[in-house]
Amino acid sequence: MFEHSYVMGLAGGGLIGLSVVFLMATTGRIAGISGMIEGLLDPKAGESAWKLAFLIGLLLAPTLFRLVTGGVPEIGFPHSLGLMVAGGLLVGFGTRVGGGCTSGHGVCGIARMSRRSIVSTLTFMATGILTVYVVGLVGGGQ
Amino acid sequence: MKLIASLLAGLGFGVGLTLSGMVNPDKVIGFLDITGHWDPTLAFVMGGALMVTAIGYRFVLKRACPMCDDKFYVSLDNKIDARLVGGAAVFGIGWGLAGFCPGPAVSAVGLHAMPALWVVGAMLVGMMAKRLIVGRH
Repeated sequence: MFEHSYVMGLAGGGLIGLSVVFLMATTGRIAGISGMIEGLLDPKAGESAWKLAFLIGLLLAPTLFRLVTGGVPEIGFPHSLGLMVAGGLLVGFGTRVGGGCTSGHGVCGIARMSRRSIVSTLTFMATGILTVYVVGLVGGGQ
Repeated sequence: MKLIASLLAGLGFGVGLTLSGMVNPDKVIGFLDITGHWDPTLAFVMGGALMVTAIGYRFVLKRACPMCDDKFYVSLDNKIDARLVGGAAVFGIGWGLAGFCPGPAVSAVGLHAMPALWVVGAMLVGMMAKRLIVGRH
C-alpha cells in the first residue's frame, strides 16, 4: 500500500530539494538551517541578512500554504513541554558542535556525497531512534 | 537580489516541510519509533529531497559562480572527528526528545504552535552554550 502521506512526503521532499538547489544557484550557500539560526547570535553585515531572509521564509511558509490550499496539517506533540525544551537545548548544542543538522548534513551534504555528512546523519538517526526507544520504555513523559 | 532569492528558498523549503508533514513532531517521532508504530514518511521526504538536490547540485556547481555572488561556499572538509560524531549524537538525542530539528521548528512557530516557540528558544540557548564551551567555530 502506497499511502497518501508517502506521496505528500515525496512531493514535499522534492520541493525542499528544489529550494536547496535554488539557494545554491543564486547565493552559492548550503541550506544549513542550524547554521542560519546560529547566525542570528552573531549579527554581522553581509553574512547575516541572507540567513535571516531564509528563516523568515521558513516562518511564513505555513501561512502561504494555508492561503494556497485552505488548510494546514494538524500537528501533535508527543512529549511534555519539559522534555521538548530539553530536546531543543540538545538540538541547539549538538547541531552546532557537529556542524550541521538534517538540512545541512542530511540533505545538502549527502547530496554531495560528503563523508562527514554521511557519518553525521547515520549518527543522529541512530541516537534519535535509541532515544525514542528509551523514552518509550520509561513511559513517554506524557 | 540575494535576499529575495534567500527568502524564496526559505519559503519553498518551509512549504515542502508543511506539505510533507515534517512540521509535525508526532510524524518525526513516528519515523524514529522503529520498534513501535513505524511511520516511514520521513524517508520519502529525505529521498525526494536528496534525488532533486544531488541532480541539481551537479549542474549548479559546474558553473563558475552563483548568480548573486562570486563564489560557492561549499566545505571540502573530509575530516571525521570526535566533534562531528559527538555533536551529531547529542543532536539525535535532542531530536528524539523534541521531535523537531531546526527547520521544522521554525516553520511550526509560523503555525502558531507555542511549544515550537519554546523549542526554538531552547535551541538558541543551546547554541549560546556551544559558543561559550567550544567557541564560535
